[in-house]
Amino acid sequence: MDTKIYTIVSNKQLTRSIYEMKLEGDTSMITAPGQFLNIKLEGFYLRRPISICDWNENEITIVYKTVGQGTKHMATLEPGTELDILCSLGNGYDLEKIPANPVLAGGGVGVPPMYGLAKALVAQGKKPVVVLGFNTEHEVFYEEEFKALGADVKVVTADGSYGLKGFVTDGFDSADYACACGPEPMLKAVAAKAKDGQYSFEARMACGFGGCMGCSCETKYGAKRICKEGPVLEQEEIIW
Amino acid sequence: MVDMKVTLSGLVLDNPVIPASGTFGYGKEYAEFYDINILGSISFKGTTVEPRFGNPQPRIAECSRGLINSVGLQNPGLKAVKEKELPELAEIYSKPVIANVSGFSIEEYVECAKAMDEEPQVGIIEVNVSCPNVHDGGMAFGTLPETAAEVTRAVKAVTTKPVYIKLSPNVTDIAAIAKACEEAGADGICLINTLLGMRINLEKRQPVIANKMGGFSGPAIFPVAVRMVYQVAKAVNIPVIGMGGVESARDVIEMMMAGATAVQVGAANLVNPYACKEIIEELPKVMEELGIEKLTDIIGIIE
Ligand SMILES: Cc1cc2nc3c(=O)[nH]c(=O)nc-3n(C[C@H](O)[C@H](O)[C@H](O)COP(=O)(O)OP(=O)(O)OC[C@H]3O[C@@H](n4cnc5c(N)ncnc54)[C@H](O)[C@@H]3O)c2cc1C
Ligand SMILES: Cc1cc2nc3c(=O)[nH]c(=O)nc-3n(C[C@H](O)[C@H](O)[C@H](O)COP(=O)(O)O)c2cc1C
Ligand code: FES
Repeated sequence: MDTKIYTIVSNKQLTRSIYEMKLEGDTSMITAPGQFLNIKLEGFYLRRPISICDWNENEITIVYKTVGQGTKHMATLEPGTELDILCSLGNGYDLEKIPANPVLAGGGVGVPPMYGLAKALVAQGKKPVVVLGFNTEHEVFYEEEFKALGADVKVVTADGSYGLKGFVTDGFDSADYACACGPEPMLKAVAAKAKDGQYSFEARMACGFGGCMGCSCETKYGAKRICKEGPVLEQEEIIW
Repeated sequence: MVDMKVTLSGLVLDNPVIPASGTFGYGKEYAEFYDINILGSISFKGTTVEPRFGNPQPRIAECSRGLINSVGLQNPGLKAVKEKELPELAEIYSKPVIANVSGFSIEEYVECAKAMDEEPQVGIIEVNVSCPNVHDGGMAFGTLPETAAEVTRAVKAVTTKPVYIKLSPNVTDIAAIAKACEEAGADGICLINTLLGMRINLEKRQPVIANKMGGFSGPAIFPVAVRMVYQVAKAVNIPVIGMGGVESARDVIEMMMAGATAVQVGAANLVNPYACKEIIEELPKVMEELGIEKLTDIIGIIE
């Protein structure tokens, strides 16, 4: 975990509101998929937390949705721009706990961290079933990327305009083990169909590294900071 | 060589830079970034008798050059602070620390202060009087000179350590409150705590913070903080620790010229974990540029 300067290699629009940014710089501190960055943006006081989607020796990929002023500003940044980034934050997914055939569920902007997770699991010889949920056809992204990993991929859209109609929970019957990232109601619905699992949460953050207690949530084992002891929580400790 | 040493009630600090309560935990997270022994002191997270989770989520809102927090004094409670947090802090920080204590009643302040009095590690007890008095309509103790003085007297009675009262800026006459604390025996004054603020999510037509309002801090409040430090320093004859929006060595010097003997840094740590380190490293250079040999020479030089 450190603040470092990263250089934008590319910043590509994937759908109307989803962008993929590749950043060149130190990746040696990344320990697990599901960890996140906290990105300083010119003109904004707080950093923006964004999940690590993928990484290699010198490049990090993030995928973000333009929702407010900060992410809209990110979308305008040109390759070559330098960004001050805190990397890498949070616990990430515990790969050792994940069995051979897990269900990975990503909803909307919860899809990106599932990519790094799927890649790591495939590298371990595991066979994840990936369910990606979106609102509608034009919001779908990363289907081909997941397929290229060799994962079993199902796409679900709420309006049925692409793939299966429904929610991510309609993409699998039940699961012995699930990993999920997305809106909280989605996480809860996935957990209701899974015996065990790991779930990635969001919270408004001031620091992202455990200094302020801004992001705390209550768990069965007491308060945890989403930025430090999270963002990934174990199914059995979550208070829905 | 410039001289950065300052003295607070007999306690000599290597430099005047102190991370502010609630923005530095118990130092651990920052020790992952740098050796925190360079800090003048550390004011740790506000302690209450019982463990507190704090307020519901969301409790952070971004503002222009600042943020609103409604963490609500989340802390593990007095027992865990003494048995776990302070011993762990001692392993990474070898100088005396500032114990920030809170209370929702006079009795709670007293119990916290008594417990901190027993800790050799604690150099100063910093009493946060911005907490609401649950026995008296929820008005903050720091809102009136009488109640601020009452807390001061009660805490002074149970400790021999220096007692610094940390004032809320959400008052009409902060100098009068500071004076009342001084007369009640306070050894020093810290200010300012956060300004009460609010943000609204226009799309959702809802406050951003679950509790609607929260404490506003960060560089946006710096001018207000400098003004209040100046007013209080002029009104009392005890040391003042200035804070509110400090993010550079120049800000530290400005606070000191306004009357602060030492300076706390809050929000800046959250957006830049190296903030205090960078300020401490910058300070000698800025002092030289400004022709300052000893920091103590500039304390309160503004007439
Ligand atoms: C651990 C974590 C991982 C995330 N990963 C991704 C990701 O991979 N891709 C992606 O598109 N988004 C991700 N998000 C959400 C992303 O942080 C927000 O969409 C973004 O901060 C919005 O900034 P803005 O300036 O555009 O929005 P504004 O609403 O203008 O932001 C105002 C403030 O609210 C905060 N905020 C707003 N929405 C959220 C939110 N959902 N979660 C946390 N803070 C928020 C901002 O950080 C900022 O401080 C993640 C959030 C967290 C906590
Ligand atoms: C997240 C956060 C938590 C805080 N918690 C406390 C606290 O527990 N006790 C206290 O006296 N002040 C607390 N404060 C106030 C700060 O110590 C400081 O007085 C204030 O933020 C102004 O300084 P700044 O502008 O540098 O942040 C907190 C501030 C922030 C931002
Ligand atoms: S965001 Fe500061 S502790 Fe998590």
